[in-house]
Amino acid sequence: MTVLPYLLAAWLFLVGLYDVVTSRHLVHLVICLIVMQSATYVLLLAIGYRSGKKAPIFTAGVPVKVGAVDPVVQALTLTDVVVSVTGVALLLALVVEIWKRAGTVDPDRLRRKES
Amino acid sequence: MIPLQLVTIALVGLGGLAVVTSRDPLRQTIVAGLYGLVLVVLFVVLQAPDVALSELVASTVAFPFIVLAALAKLRDRRRE
Amino acid sequence: MSRNVRLGLFAAAGAMLAALLVWGFTGLPAFGDFQGEYGWILNDVAGHERHVTNVVASVVFDYRGFDTLGEEFILFAAAIGVALLLREARDDRERPRDEVRSDAVRAVGLMLVGPTVVVGLYLVAHGYLTPGGGFQGGVAVAAGVVLLYAAGRYRAYSAASPHGLVELAEGAGAGAYAAVGVAALFAGGLFLENVVELGTRGTLASGGTIPILNAAAGLEVTAAVVLLLHEFLEEVMYPA
Repeated sequence: MTVLPYLLAAWLFLVGLYDVVTSRHLVHLVICLIVMQSATYVLLLAIGYRSGKKAPIFTAGVPVKVGAVDPVVQALTLTDVVVSVTGVALLLALVVEIWKRAGTVDPDRLRRKES
Repeated sequence: MIPLQLVTIALVGLGGLAVVTSRDPLRQTIVAGLYGLVLVVLFVVLQAPDVALSELVASTVAFPFIVLAALAKLRDRRRE
Repeated sequence: MSRNVRLGLFAAAGAMLAALLVWGFTGLPAFGDFQGEYGWILNDVAGHERHVTNVVASVVFDYRGFDTLGEEFILFAAAIGVALLLREARDDRERPRDEVRSDAVRAVGLMLVGPTVVVGLYLVAHGYLTPGGGFQGGVAVAAGVVLLYAAGRYRAYSAASPHGLVELAEGAGAGAYAAVGVAALFAGGLFLENVVELGTRGTLASGGTIPILNAAAGLEVTAAVVLLLHEFLEEVMYPA
């Protein structure tokens, strides 16, 4: 039971990977990459969690003795989320260019076209 | 683990499965937006409000916009 | 290789990967029992050392500021990559019409532009006091600008985000971050060290260089996201 969040991360990663392998549309493939990336966010945050502690924001009035979860993994994840938006945009720009040149977005038909 | 965390983890697992099993990219975009919202709930339950804010703006605004614009471009070409 | 061969190969490799992941994850410390000392120390001292209340923001912009510099430049390079790929000589003769016909979409979209931009700016400005920061608020402000397009007012949208200004803002944001780091060198400290005077904790004037880096990151993220969305929208507008 205590290992459940890590298994969730593994499940999301494998499900996304299965669909990347069997996809028939390149945009569908890119969205499955988004799911695979969310698996890493879940893993990072689950590692840094401490039972019973609060968020690491100590606005005036909140006693420090309550304790907080780990702030370093949150710092890693939050920049990652925004940067992945641009990564996905770059991938979709490539998909649009492939469509312009090859006329299809089916990975199987693309493979057969060049052979 | 408190029951709220268990329920949220189960919902995220189901949401991921729903995203990858929808085959039409247009339908998948909407499901991916909902999956992002469920992820936001999970991040809040794991006591990470900054990450939840990031994921909220990214998955409800930025991702669907870019994917829909790319899909519109693909559909445009097909008409020619 | 054919599809069936590919599926069979994935089944074998996927089963091995799943076994490896499960074996690895059961060896981690139990969920809720994190042992890292760095996090404990940071939670205790960040308030006193940097006078900020949001410890995550101080990690992103001060203790780990160098990593954020790298992430900013990834953002910059990816936006330039998209612009290079999608930008080609376009014919400006044909003026795009406002395509949205539904009155409800236009009304609600227009009503939401102002609040979205204000909330985004609030998130950027108070990023080191409450949850928020340059990255989150930047995407929210960009959303407000693009909402003009979604509400059907293309002319207002293209007037609100002129191409030259957006590109200048993106470069200025990325450059300002690096410039603050170099300025710290001139002030006698290390690169990106916090050399500005720390204010009182809990007010907007606190944290030293953290607000400056926060604002630079917010500017850069806003401009990069607006540029990305603009490139994709132009593609749809002018079918080549």
